[in-house]
Amino acid sequence: MEYVVTTCELTRTFGSFTAVDRININIRPGEIYGFLGPNGSGKTTTMRMLCGLLEPTSGSGSVLGYDLARESEKIKQKIGYMSQKFSLYDDLTVYENLVFYAGMYSIPYHERKKRVAEMIEMAWLAGREKDLPANLSGGLKQRLALGCAIISRPSILFLDEPTSGVSPTSRRMFFKIIQKLANEGTTVMVTTHFMDEAERCHNIAFISGGRLIANDTPDNLKNNVIEGCMVEVDLPDAMERIEELESLPYVKECSIHGPLLHVLLDSEGNVAVFDRYTGVKAREITPSLEDVFISLAKLQRKQES
Amino acid sequence: MDKMNINNIIETESLTKVFGGLAAVNEVTLKIDRGDIFGLVGPDGAGKTTLLRMLCGLITPSRGRISRNSDSFGYMPQKFSLYGDLTIAENINFFGALYKIDSKTIRRRADEILEITGLAGFKSRFADDLSGGMKQKLALTCALLAKPALLVLDEPTYGVDPESRKEFWKILYQLNKEGVTIVVSTPYMDEAELCKTVALISRGIIMSTGDPGSLKKSFPYGILELKADARDLDFINDLPEVVDGDFYGDKYHVAVYEVEQAKAAIINLLAEKKVAIHHLRHIPPSMEDVFVAVTKEEVV
Repeated sequence: MEYVVTTCELTRTFGSFTAVDRININIRPGEIYGFLGPNGSGKTTTMRMLCGLLEPTSGSGSVLGYDLARESEKIKQKIGYMSQKFSLYDDLTVYENLVFYAGMYSIPYHERKKRVAEMIEMAWLAGREKDLPANLSGGLKQRLALGCAIISRPSILFLDEPTSGVSPTSRRMFFKIIQKLANEGTTVMVTTHFMDEAERCHNIAFISGGRLIANDTPDNLKNNVIEGCMVEVDLPDAMERIEELESLPYVKECSIHGPLLHVLLDSEGNVAVFDRYTGVKAREITPSLEDVFISLAKLQRKQES
Repeated sequence: MDKMNINNIIETESLTKVFGGLAAVNEVTLKIDRGDIFGLVGPDGAGKTTLLRMLCGLITPSRGRISRNSDSFGYMPQKFSLYGDLTIAENINFFGALYKIDSKTIRRRADEILEITGLAGFKSRFADDLSGGMKQKLALTCALLAKPALLVLDEPTYGVDPESRKEFWKILYQLNKEGVTIVVSTPYMDEAELCKTVALISRGIIMSTGDPGSLKKSFPYGILELKADARDLDFINDLPEVVDGDFYGDKYHVAVYEVEQAKAAIINLLAEKKVAIHHLRHIPPSMEDVFVAVTKEEVV
């Protein structure tokens, strides 16, 4: 099987609103496929269609060879899905939650204990088996939810903003687990607002207003999307100088990244001009994925209006 | 507590809130300057919301004291409640009426604030039809109607895309310039960099307070940024020169005891493993590096 997920003109409307508009995507086995876009751009709707939870209005697609429209029940059995608001049972312990999900996926009795133990090890939950989810930190809850989603050993895993609101340390740990799963052959589709996570995906699809507007590797996106010369500069009162800098004729864009400004100049020739203007030496950089994201979102809005 | 310093808008002393047997906020003593952008930074469940609610007087502390030196404040809760079947203008009128502001003043202030938040052109749109970023701006508009001297925001940018987050921060800066003191909580480390003062909170305890520059200066290790041709670089952590190394986007951030020694050790090790190095350079730590180091001992 060349692709584990493939869609053709996949579309979903709600009333007169088109949430997902003729999307074509292909995902290879073992790939971490990042799905990025502003809020309300159609990420969750697309993912829910791929999981067999929502019927497409038009277009077609398949997951693991099963048709989205006709075989959604089979898809649901074969995949792992962790939604934004994952549902753990608050009155069951960590251990009982895992056993419950093992039962839901009809994992044979003699296998269950072993699988639950595997998940506890994978999620770094050892010692917490008897705790109720309410007493776990955000990061632990999230890893327990992941354990519940993959206890059936699905070959493809859908994660909808899995790392919202957990600590940086937990986010790193979570993504390490995802990378390990992918290295072992699991295909992972993940939506996120964190650009450092997007950087670690093998492929990124960017969606805006229900349409797919970019689809490539992180390196290609960083090298090909933005035209001009990106520099990084450290100015006092950086936040208050954005508009002033954007009004310079050779500046195309300016945005804040932590304490630094990223400034997109129309050409390399103007770096020296810019340095003279600010009185500070700017450093040429490869645009970050966040730069690419902002640039794509702006472009899309321009085209719409 | 001694007489409150006039330059402070909020002071707390040993502020504590216990739910069941658990101290959600534990012995927090802090001072917030008038005119500050004060960031409360920490993960889910660290106690941010509980602390902010006590600062606003919405819940009673179990122990400790709090003084507020401001008559008026605006509060934007994490789950802001807008009326989906009311338009932007109707929501504003409704919240204005709750603040007992007369309708003429509401209209004038709303126009001012909508101009700043960029919603002026959408007054007749239903709140339900707004994007996440626009809803958040409308909630901010409502919180600002009473012209508060102090604005308290609980994770205002949670789950909002990077571009909308940046726009929102621009607005906060503008308000701050006009004299509004801002207290904001966030789980995003890049936003911590934008605050004038940052308090790192974990498990109800303030671990560290200061401006981002000094917090970073007090970071005890050197940071090396490494980009190399390998999917997994975890083996670097086995080097005795390395404190901790982890992915940071497509690069690797390695905290080390001594920069030059560690550089040499990493170059040797990667040569041995035949991994090509794109670059290896000494960089200043980010707030994320600081946060990870400060909360390292905590269970995650």
